[in-house]
Amino acid sequence: MKYILMMNTMKAGQGMPNWPQQDLQAHIAFMMRLNQDLSASGEFVAAEGLSFPDQARLVRAGRDGTPITDGVFPEGKEFLAGYWIVDVDSPERAYAIAARASAAPGPGGNPLNMPIEVRPIMCGPPPDML
Amino acid sequence: MPPDHLLRALTPQVLGALIRRFRDFAAAEDAVQEALLAAAVQWPRDGAPDNPCAWLTQVAVRRLTDHVRSESARRRRESEFTLELNQLSPGVDTEAPPGEDDTLILLFMCCHPALTQSSAIALTLRAIGGLTTAEIASAFLVPEATMAQRISRAKQSIKSSGVPFRLPDAGERAHRLQAVLHVLYLIFNEGYTTSAGPRLQRLELSTEAIRLARCVHNLLPNNTEVAGLLALMLLTDARRAARTGPDGELIPLTKQDRALWDRAEISEGVALLSDTLPRGSIGPYQLQAAIAAVHDEAARVEDTDWPQILALYDLLKRMSDNPMVILNHAIAAAMVHGPSKGLALLAPLDDDPRLAGHHRLDAVRAHLLEMAGDRQAAITHYRIAATRTISLPERNYLVAQAARLSALTPSPH
Repeated sequence: MKYILMMNTMKAGQGMPNWPQQDLQAHIAFMMRLNQDLSASGEFVAAEGLSFPDQARLVRAGRDGTPITDGVFPEGKEFLAGYWIVDVDSPERAYAIAARASAAPGPGGNPLNMPIEVRPIMCGPPPDML
Repeated sequence: MPPDHLLRALTPQVLGALIRRFRDFAAAEDAVQEALLAAAVQWPRDGAPDNPCAWLTQVAVRRLTDHVRSESARRRRESEFTLELNQLSPGVDTEAPPGEDDTLILLFMCCHPALTQSSAIALTLRAIGGLTTAEIASAFLVPEATMAQRISRAKQSIKSSGVPFRLPDAGERAHRLQAVLHVLYLIFNEGYTTSAGPRLQRLELSTEAIRLARCVHNLLPNNTEVAGLLALMLLTDARRAARTGPDGELIPLTKQDRALWDRAEISEGVALLSDTLPRGSIGPYQLQAAIAAVHDEAARVEDTDWPQILALYDLLKRMSDNPMVILNHAIAAAMVHGPSKGLALLAPLDDDPRLAGHHRLDAVRAHLLEMAGDRQAAITHYRIAATRTISLPERNYLVAQAARLSALTPSPH
């Protein structure tokens, strides 16, 4: 079963650009270790980190189909910071991975406890329907 | 037999023979890969040997022995290891030749209950199916490195669990064979249930599962459940071309163009069943195959022999406590005795924790409510089922059912 784990940060980057060097390094090391462990357990499918919301644009099609872009939205409460796609044997395992990622260290090494949305990825038809 | 098929068919025998002798799954597999590579280079040039299996085994044993020797040279002072080497590398011709038992033992090993399902599936496809790690990874839509890890962890689990390389004794064998059949069944289903972009079905895995089931059937021709599983796969796979529409949409059994069904596969499946059913012990795979056969033998959907399907589900229900069987039994009962009978059978399932919130219960209820003429309730349940399924083609199908009924129902405004 494949799941997507979507990591949301509360404020733009959770103030990450202002973290002390050492906390930043600990955070990055934690994330790299998590990805290595998922590869080693044969559960890793994909993972990407996303740019800070400053680089985000909301796009809608204009009347003639040309893209109309909207700027930055500092009023937004949550931003998708990154995601993992994992292939695991049970939903409980996907939740456990999400909980581990949620506790990534932030300033002062304290766990961030970021909300992580876990959703199954749609699959093909069930065999008994055919 | 084309060289590629021949090599794949011989792989498990050679691998089994090497593991039997050297007890090291990973090293044995590397050596077999090298031998296959050597065959791919030498056979087209020099012609295939008279006994390809012996040739491959001999080359693989030599590679593995060389490997052990160089390891040993590196650790020259470890006399114990050298001693072990001397015990392990007798002349190739003094050993029993690889036999079919080796394939069977290897299969029992790969599907060992100590492994997780995903590990057992990956290892079986690798060691018995002879597929490359890249091929397996692409079939399961995961990166190759991930699949390589999954396979190497599986080998490690086997090593650490100390599973001996020999046939399980008679008492244990039935239980272990169940695990083997289950893994093959999962591989077959995987061919349908994982979505691969626009394609609904992945030919490779279902075909591979049929090939593996055929191999087990050849090894154990008298086992009726092995024959039953092979028949079930053939009778299900026969409908493959009819299952999807031009845009890849799901077409349920009742709406399929039966002219597209594969008659050869149906005949083979039916013949297997006719051969095994009279032999006594009937198991769940044979029953499921028999149900598939009844569907396949109906020229038109209205010709389906529902009383017989209901009787088969009655037997299956007694044999297994699978809630999906209970749901299918309710459908069959509705087809024979009318929708109210089916709906009554569904009622107690609301309290079954295994089905609580499961979309299939809502989907079946919607279908029976539609049969009963309760259009509004049917729409409601089709929609609930659509929000709960994680199958994309099934969601599209359920949403379409709700939309179809809504279009028939006069708007209140």
